[in-house]
Amino acid sequence: MSENQSQMTKQEHAGFPWKQVIGLFISLALTVLALWIAVGLSLPVHVTLTIIVGLAIFQAFIQLFMFMHVTEGTEPVHQIIGIIFGIYVAFAVVAGTLWILAYTI
Amino acid sequence: MIDSIKSFMGWFFVTGDPMIYGADASIALVSIGIVAVLTYFKKWKWLWEEWLTTVDHKRIGIMYIIAALLMLFRGGIDALMMRAQLTLPNMHFLDAEHYNQVFTTHGTIMIIFVAMPFIFGLMNIAVPLQIGARDVAYPFLNALSFWFFFVGAMLFNLSFVIGGSPDAGWSSYAPYAGAELNPGVGQNYYLIGVQISGIGSLATGINFLVTILKMRAPGMTLFKMPMFTWSVLITSVIVVFAFPAFTVALALMTIDRLFGAHFFTIAAGGSPMLWANLFWFWGHPEVYIVLLPVFGIFSEVIATFAHKTLFGYAVMVWSMIAISVLSFITWLHHFFTMGNTAPVNAFFSISTMLIAIPTGVKIFNWLFTLNKGRIQFTTPMLWALAFIPNFTIGGVTGVMLAMAPADYQYHNSYFLVAHFHSTLIAGTVFGIFCGLHYWWPKMFGYLLDERKGKWSFWIFMISFNVCFMPMYFLGLMGMTRRMYTYPAGLGWTPINVVMTIGAVGMGVGFALMAWNIIWSAFYGKKDTTGDPWGGRTLEWVTASPAPEYNFAHIPEVSTRDAFTAMKEEKEKGLAKSSKPYEPIHMPNNTGIPVIMASFMFVAGFGFVFEWYWMGIPGLIGVIACMIARSFVYNDHHYISIDEIKRTEAATGRLS
Repeated sequence: MSENQSQMTKQEHAGFPWKQVIGLFISLALTVLALWIAVGLSLPVHVTLTIIVGLAIFQAFIQLFMFMHVTEGTEPVHQIIGIIFGIYVAFAVVAGTLWILAYTI
Repeated sequence: MIDSIKSFMGWFFVTGDPMIYGADASIALVSIGIVAVLTYFKKWKWLWEEWLTTVDHKRIGIMYIIAALLMLFRGGIDALMMRAQLTLPNMHFLDAEHYNQVFTTHGTIMIIFVAMPFIFGLMNIAVPLQIGARDVAYPFLNALSFWFFFVGAMLFNLSFVIGGSPDAGWSSYAPYAGAELNPGVGQNYYLIGVQISGIGSLATGINFLVTILKMRAPGMTLFKMPMFTWSVLITSVIVVFAFPAFTVALALMTIDRLFGAHFFTIAAGGSPMLWANLFWFWGHPEVYIVLLPVFGIFSEVIATFAHKTLFGYAVMVWSMIAISVLSFITWLHHFFTMGNTAPVNAFFSISTMLIAIPTGVKIFNWLFTLNKGRIQFTTPMLWALAFIPNFTIGGVTGVMLAMAPADYQYHNSYFLVAHFHSTLIAGTVFGIFCGLHYWWPKMFGYLLDERKGKWSFWIFMISFNVCFMPMYFLGLMGMTRRMYTYPAGLGWTPINVVMTIGAVGMGVGFALMAWNIIWSAFYGKKDTTGDPWGGRTLEWVTASPAPEYNFAHIPEVSTRDAFTAMKEEKEKGLAKSSKPYEPIHMPNNTGIPVIMASFMFVAGFGFVFEWYWMGIPGLIGVIACMIARSFVYNDHHYISIDEIKRTEAATGRLS
């Protein structure tokens, strides 16, 4: 407990959190941009989808690097296992859903 | 003016049923009673300072368990009402609408507001102690998780008397749960109450994942952790990856109902089946969220009372990891009959059968742990031993249901209902009762009475079989779930009568357990040693109840069953000389979680009634609390050496 706590206090006092603020504004900008592309422009559906999925992936990386300290951990093996499991679950839900609902389309 | 107030009240409060008026009166009386007792004994300050603002994992655990027991009582009353209605053909104790509401609230409450919080409570109490930590990784977040669960549960329960209960089943399938077929506020209560408590569950998952990975005592490698801690680690991973799917599904349906979108209605190109798909993508892993931790509890209890180290530790761990991976690819077996193509059904049929293999492996591990052990039949051990055969029946019938072609026969019959009650009662409920009796001395410093405990066990366990064994046959005879009454002459009546007798027996068993808790609070045997059962893991090293800081010295671990090893070393006279105490760093209590959750309740209530003038200010209050929290710099304190010495001396541990 005390070891972890002191580590956290050190980080808190490491100056103004520019990285997080920039990350926040980029995320907000990307979200507004996605909304504008979907609602404001009248592009064909598949073009809209391609662009906003691209923006979503970009935003996921912003989250990982700006907020979630993906480069910082002391035990990278945890993060690698976590990311692999995340990809597995994401694949299961997306591919599974498409396969299950394919007959309704 | 008066007329408009009258019509508002008639719509706002649920009216027309004498039982509801009885509930209104009892809720009012209990509330007045609680306020009166607290005021009379001047306990408001105590309540605020010791409980509502606490960040201590042990107290949060106790609050989780109290809330879960209250919800178990409510869910149990729902069950008894359903059994009363179905005892004889053509009963009119409940009407169809009321029956629908009762089975919906029964299911939702039992899974989301009993099973999960009870397990979270036991996790909170035992995990930091088992890994030799002084608290969880994020104590503030832990308090916030509890309060979000609590207000979510209260909001859901309010539907009973204000506005009307949801009636689309605990799975809340579209299109019936949508705005068009289900106007009114009932489904909104479901969506928003469950959503709020789901935020708490997700945060708990993250909290325990980090706690177990980062805060283990020196020397405790992952493969030296107690089995309960392992099961919680894996459960936390499942929580973190499964809950987002449910959060999204609930949010989409909320948008459908409140703002007229069409994610789950065919009208504008939506898909009702997508709801079932997303719901069960969370719903199946959820089954393992409420089962894996109780597997952990049984592993601890069986090893302790067989006086042997757990058989096949590594195999146990790897089978849980296999379950966690497979649990994400079996969800379709809940809707084999929705018209999927044959390859889809075949794939999910096989994956479901596969997941039974690691579960079966665990059953054999427990049996081999018992083999040649010195078995001591305490109350927790009885619950654990009863779990093995009863749960296995649930597991075997699960494999029967997993065969897609056969499932067309069993689907939505009482055979299915009997199956999931065999797993959830014989697994989860036996497990939480087992854990409750096992860790009770660690929570409160005295034991629950063994004699009363054994009586409640035998009555509950036998009644469970009286209630649910005949149910399999009733299902095969053709009775389907969720029917509110049935005609005479189908041959269903005798079985229904027997089942109701069993349900009443389970109620008696639970009441006896409640009586045991009250009786033992006054006359229970004190636990002065901190180790009443001859435990094998670190939670029994410290005093009962554990002091605020858990351990005066963080224990050092070199093997599995760390406490057993310590006791053996002590017998050999190898005890280490005691080190001097150091001040202990602990988090401060804070009122922000309970205040933030209260704002969430206001916001939730506003959105349920689509009163945005109430919902939006509630959310602003939540955000204001977050901002207030981020400016709290003085969030910790030190416990002085003198105070540690006083506390340790009071429990006779200062040598």
